[in-house]
Amino acid sequence: MAMQAHDIEALIRESFPDASITITDLAGDGNHYAAEVIDESFRGKNRVQQQRAVYAALKGKMDGPAGELHALALTTKAPA
Amino acid sequence: MTETTDIASQIQQTITANDVVLYMKGTKEMPQCGFSSRVAGVLNYMGVNFADVNVLADDSIRQGIKDFSDWPTVPQLYVKGEFVGGCDIITEMTLSGELDTLFDENGVAYDKDAANKIREANG
Repeated sequence: MAMQAHDIEALIRESFPDASITITDLAGDGNHYAAEVIDESFRGKNRVQQQRAVYAALKGKMDGPAGELHALALTTKAPA
Repeated sequence: MTETTDIASQIQQTITANDVVLYMKGTKEMPQCGFSSRVAGVLNYMGVNFADVNVLADDSIRQGIKDFSDWPTVPQLYVKGEFVGGCDIITEMTLSGELDTLFDENGVAYDKDAANKIREANG
């Protein structure tokens, strides 16, 4: 079961209500997306911590047997 | 000892015994996923000596490594027992030079010219 861009944005929005979220469909197959998340909560965190928080927001939709989303290219940062 | 702690301790042993470990889909000679191939490719090109673990060969490791690092995807790179990141982070760090710094700080040998060539090629 593939995912739509707005599904991904909604899931991330749940955990990051004030973030600027940009989802790009990389392959049109509902399985390969890029997501940029810019949020104040990332300030002072390293990339692994930032991206872990975004993966947590996706609640297991990522890779693995139950994962619908095979590829999500993540870019995260605090607002400039 | 329940099964999961065996996997966790097995992983701990591997990342302790080897300076650089890449948990990937496939092997460094035969990567089987674009993201794993990219990270393995960077490490090979930079002449880094690393241990590759093919998570496709063992489902308990494939799930175990994600629980171990609380990171849902593969590949996963470990340097001196520390989780460094997945494909996106390693790509960013390669292009920014942070990966060179990390290797320098941890005494991991690599080919500096090759690293520079990657950055030049990626403009």
